[in-house]
Amino acid sequence: MEHNHITLPEGSIEKTTTTLNIGPTHPATHGVFQNIMEVDGERIVSSDQTVGYIHRAFEKLAERRPLYQITPITDRLNYCSSPINNMGWHITCEKFLQIETPKRVDYLRVIIMELARISDHLICNSIVGVDTGAYTGFLYVMQYRELIYEIYEEICGSRLTTNIGRIGGFERNFTNTAFTKLEKFLNEYPKVLKEFESLFTRNRIFMERTQGTGGISAARAMNYGFTGPNLRAAGVDYDVRVHQPYSSYQDFNFTVPVGTTGDNYDRFLVRNAEMWESISIIRQAYEKVQAFKGAEAEVYHADVPEYYLPKKEDVYTKMEALIWHFKIIMGEIDLPKGQIYCPVEGGNGELGFYLISDGGRTPFRLHFRRPCFIYYQAYPELIKGGMLSDAVVTMSSLNLIAGELDA
Amino acid sequence: MSLNNEMIQEKLIAKFGDQVSNFATSYGMLSFESPKEINLKVLQFLYDEPNLKFTFLTDICAVNYPDQKGAELVVVYHLHNLKENIRVRYSVSTSLENTDVYTATKLFESANWMERETYDFFGINFVGHPNLKRILNVDEMDYFPLRKEFPLEDQTRIDKDDEMFGRG
Repeated sequence: MEHNHITLPEGSIEKTTTTLNIGPTHPATHGVFQNIMEVDGERIVSSDQTVGYIHRAFEKLAERRPLYQITPITDRLNYCSSPINNMGWHITCEKFLQIETPKRVDYLRVIIMELARISDHLICNSIVGVDTGAYTGFLYVMQYRELIYEIYEEICGSRLTTNIGRIGGFERNFTNTAFTKLEKFLNEYPKVLKEFESLFTRNRIFMERTQGTGGISAARAMNYGFTGPNLRAAGVDYDVRVHQPYSSYQDFNFTVPVGTTGDNYDRFLVRNAEMWESISIIRQAYEKVQAFKGAEAEVYHADVPEYYLPKKEDVYTKMEALIWHFKIIMGEIDLPKGQIYCPVEGGNGELGFYLISDGGRTPFRLHFRRPCFIYYQAYPELIKGGMLSDAVVTMSSLNLIAGELDA
Repeated sequence: MSLNNEMIQEKLIAKFGDQVSNFATSYGMLSFESPKEINLKVLQFLYDEPNLKFTFLTDICAVNYPDQKGAELVVVYHLHNLKENIRVRYSVSTSLENTDVYTATKLFESANWMERETYDFFGINFVGHPNLKRILNVDEMDYFPLRKEFPLEDQTRIDKDDEMFGRG
């Protein structure tokens, strides 16, 4: 009679560590990530990551799409801050096509991008709270993310995957409702952020859970290609908004917060400080927007008829406008030849667009420099020797967004 | 004195002579090429040279130009000097028959996954890479999807069962 015994891998009885599989879907990973960890009790000896579960071949798709059809793809990179991705893409196109945007457009964009940064950092920091056992902060700040989403909704009609803006500006001017909602947010949010901070920043349990875990030195972080808040938490003050200003960021006063140890606690502090800076930037931008008078106060896009969609009323009533509408939507306009690399400061680092055009209607090649993808490879080093429960916090505090990672 | 594109070009020519070529500046960024055999030497020089110090690897990706015979695949490095805040684009080309390019992982940890991604999509064989396997695609895949020989689906195709795709 034949016996079917389970065959164990070589050496699996003698070994003193345990292999633990976490993911691909696991409540603690906040996204589709698989980690196979070798643990000795609760200590992590080594780990191996698998990524790519939601890979959607964006770079290949982009090779057949005219410029405007690529914007919705960028939504789905870091979906916690899609407006930054959309605008980053539009800014890349504008630089490539050498389109100058009016100052008012730049300031309106800054408002939206900083709101997006707040919503991104808000999620990240409150999730770090959830993973250390404090759910309250997360539920509380959700209300204020909702206010941000309402502002998006007022401007572009959607909330999460926004597809906001056009090449050269916005699809429509900001309504008074949008500004009212912005004022409401600016009035209410600082108090909430203050409360959120007092809930965590000096909280003994939170500090002990996050200090000294998942740390990285500045030199290692740079070598690993860290950017954004994670690099700044390690003490390097690199910020694309300062180093290579786009959308008139040079007109604003803000500081770039930095940490020292690069651990989970510093990442939390840096993100919180950045939210305060974002609030200040939004206030400055709003003031600047209000200072425009007369015809300037109505400007919401650059004058680029080849790339900016004509008004809907005109499309329905005028032949020329209808033709241009279709030419733009179907991508009948050939791009110039050339290549450009254009970075913006995304929610979690330098989001770069490397566009190569051979003069056709679509990019010849479009590569996204996705900050998440690049710094996630440091994860085994960050968690090695630490506790398993700290690895969960480290993962959240890196702000890994599966959509961006897998592209 | 702050670093500029001309100084970088001079230094590279002084060191490598005519092995580095095709200097161009587009949208303010200096780009240049070299034979793939010396890619590590160039990267190391850019990294170590006291006045250059391109110590931050922003990005590695590849491009497939099917019409360039013998140099169909191009590996593009974007490097950044954070202190002087200047970027360069450096590329090496390789043929489809021999896709060996030396790995930059010894110099930059970040090159590890970027090179795996490049291998995954273009089949560039990074010689010396510690773990060169597919990263975003499934391991069983036997082709390199971002090469131009794999066209996207024809949008006008009619052989699909439209009822199944909601187009009936």
